[in-house]
Amino acid sequence: MDLIHNYSTDGFFDELLDENHQPRPHYAHFIEKLSHLTAEEFAERRQEAEIYFLHRGITFTVYGDAQGVERIIPFDCIPRIIPHREWKRLEEGLIQRITALNLFLHDVYHDQKIIRDGVIPRHYIESARHFRREFIGFNVPRDIYIHICGTDLVRDRNGQYLVLEDNGRCPSGVSYMLENRQAMKRVFPEFFSGANVLPIDAYPSALLRMLQYIAPQGVDDPTVVLLTPGLYNSAYFEHAFLAKSMGIDIVEGADLVVKNHIVYMRTTRGLKPVHVIYRRIDDDFLDPTVFRKDSLLGVPGLIEAYRRGNVSLANSIGTGVADDKVIYYFVPRMIRYYLDQEPIIPNVQTYLAQEPRDYTYILEHLNQLVVKSANESGGYGMLIGPQASSEEIAEFKRKIIADPRNYIAQEPIALSRHPTYCEGKFEGRHIDLRPYILYGEKITIVPGGLTRVALPKGSLVVNSSQGGGTKDTWVLHEDTTN
Amino acid sequence: MLSRVANCIYWMARYIERADNIARLVDVNLQLLLDYFQSDKTKLDQYWEPILKSLSIEEAFHAKYQLANTDCATDFLTFDLSNPSSIKSCIRTARENARLVRDQISTEIWEEINRLYHFVNAASAEEIWESSPSEFYRQIRQSSQIFQGLSSSTVLHDEAWEFNQIGKYLERADMTTRILDVKYHILLPRVEDVGGALDTFQWLVILRSTSAMEAYMKTYNSDVTPLQAAEFLILNNIFPRAVRFCIRLVDSALRRLAHLREGEFSHPVEKISGKLLAELDYSAIEDVFQYGLHEYLDHLQVEFNHIGEAMQQTYIYSPAQEMGSEVIWHQQQIQQQ
Repeated sequence: MDLIHNYSTDGFFDELLDENHQPRPHYAHFIEKLSHLTAEEFAERRQEAEIYFLHRGITFTVYGDAQGVERIIPFDCIPRIIPHREWKRLEEGLIQRITALNLFLHDVYHDQKIIRDGVIPRHYIESARHFRREFIGFNVPRDIYIHICGTDLVRDRNGQYLVLEDNGRCPSGVSYMLENRQAMKRVFPEFFSGANVLPIDAYPSALLRMLQYIAPQGVDDPTVVLLTPGLYNSAYFEHAFLAKSMGIDIVEGADLVVKNHIVYMRTTRGLKPVHVIYRRIDDDFLDPTVFRKDSLLGVPGLIEAYRRGNVSLANSIGTGVADDKVIYYFVPRMIRYYLDQEPIIPNVQTYLAQEPRDYTYILEHLNQLVVKSANESGGYGMLIGPQASSEEIAEFKRKIIADPRNYIAQEPIALSRHPTYCEGKFEGRHIDLRPYILYGEKITIVPGGLTRVALPKGSLVVNSSQGGGTKDTWVLHEDTTN
Repeated sequence: MLSRVANCIYWMARYIERADNIARLVDVNLQLLLDYFQSDKTKLDQYWEPILKSLSIEEAFHAKYQLANTDCATDFLTFDLSNPSSIKSCIRTARENARLVRDQISTEIWEEINRLYHFVNAASAEEIWESSPSEFYRQIRQSSQIFQGLSSSTVLHDEAWEFNQIGKYLERADMTTRILDVKYHILLPRVEDVGGALDTFQWLVILRSTSAMEAYMKTYNSDVTPLQAAEFLILNNIFPRAVRFCIRLVDSALRRLAHLREGEFSHPVEKISGKLLAELDYSAIEDVFQYGLHEYLDHLQVEFNHIGEAMQQTYIYSPAQEMGSEVIWHQQQIQQQ
């Protein structure tokens, strides 16, 4: 199968081809392997991969339908390949970033030096929707706030990696990273021989080790559970997948009960104490006696048990302040302030609507900017100026004027593209990359991440809820080219 | 293990077993229809009535259809989602339960249930049925057998396994009594027809519906008689679809769950199942017929319910939550990232 013939980069940075339309060296081995397949064979294997996903029930739920329809996340069989040296640099940048974010979270919930030193204006912190002032002065186990971080990276027209956002609450998608690799190995085993792809299977055990590490003091053999919102959550497949891979129980709020500030789960043999909860429920829903009173997903009394140190949560409560998109703007400053280093991976050029100078600029250039609301995810609450209608622009203008604190604007990035199989041929599609960072006794990043691909032609939105698909992501061993 | 998980595994096993039994029942009757009643339209229009009655779904059926003829009845029993005991409904419920505990069952089990679910839900399912109902039901039965094989060979034989066993054998015992009860609801034209060709034929259908024909022949080495057929399906100790066999397995699973030795009891549920087992162990088929076959089958079904309820009370019961399911559904969805 010939991937390059008739393929055009259209002037975008292409992951596979360089500016002279030559394959980058780290793709050479893959292209050679692919060339041994005929178009029919390739199409057949693609279908096998789809059947694999369907039979394994690797689905996400599309909201909006009455029952929540399960869909297979579209999977593209052309892997994204990252050479070793490039990955090493990314890894350093991600470690730097999560270190600074955790120092920041500890600081804003304790001494607030960064505010007092004037590096971040106080009002931005205090107006952050997920800032939990109730937890000021509270010590989280091992001083770790963000245990699991999914940082979204993109590359611009020059191939420069940029951080788009840090997902520091309950980032999802890691199960697709792991399943994509399984599917690829099963359907295209020959691609792997001699390719020197670094394995990613260690993720679940690294996750479990991290969760055990944060257990309350004095608990030697902690019981760890995964708390899910339930079957109708879009990421339910992932919750079950991770619990199974770690050999821990997946629980719903109703399976847990708090007595004398100790969390128990209801078992066939009565109540059993729980020590660490990997919660995939937002802060707001964790405990109806503390946060949202109407929450039916949470566990009454959980927060008090947490406060008393009887149970640990990952991620900690209050991390949402660090992934407020307005606070994201300040991460490079945090890196300089806490670590005295220059950021290794820069942010996207960002404007804050609440800053007077930026405010005017944003309102005057809406049709050239990407506008995002501070606390949405999944591709919702966004305006892509260059592609928006005048009505949409007028609507965002009204929203920004009404609540400038809630909006940021960014220069649109000409996201890098990757050859992707589209109806019988290969076409360039925009991609991003979400590596998963685990912060426990040490910081672990399995080599790779979830590459998401915007499947509709020209689209810049990679979220699965917006029609995005995924690819397997290969990081090569250092013995390979580059 | 979590009570909720035990509950899901129990119901998953029950519903897979139910789908299997209904597939047997419908398939056998469809095949027999090819031989009989060909000319008698009135009989054809009522043929399925006793089967619906024995499954206690005749009211739901008649809310929708007047006549229990083959078209409506097979559709109601196979594809109709408004019938919670249709094959399609059973498989949906089983898969929903499996999905809730997919971290607790083996990947192979999950994939088989998922495959079965996609098979009956595919647009092509009714076409496959149209071209060969028998092939369609064979696939359902086969998948259920694969599920059972995987259940016994790919998971720990721990607590979860016991709940799987209890669900499977309780459902199977119940379905065997229901299939037997079909005979009660089929009225013979005249009293003197008892023991006649039609009567024998009907007993044959019952044995075939429970895959018991060959085992019956091996056991009795003689013609099918009402007494022997009923004895075989209720009191046989080594035929895996006989009530006594099933209850013995339910009872031993319950005893293992409670870590009991001979003669010991720790919950009411073991007394209920033990008592029923003793009754079956020491009963003769003549006693059953004296009591009245239909009445006895009713009594057995009531006892199965008692076992199920007492098991729930012991291992699964948690305070009922008064929740708006719509609200939960919405809240589950709005979690971020």
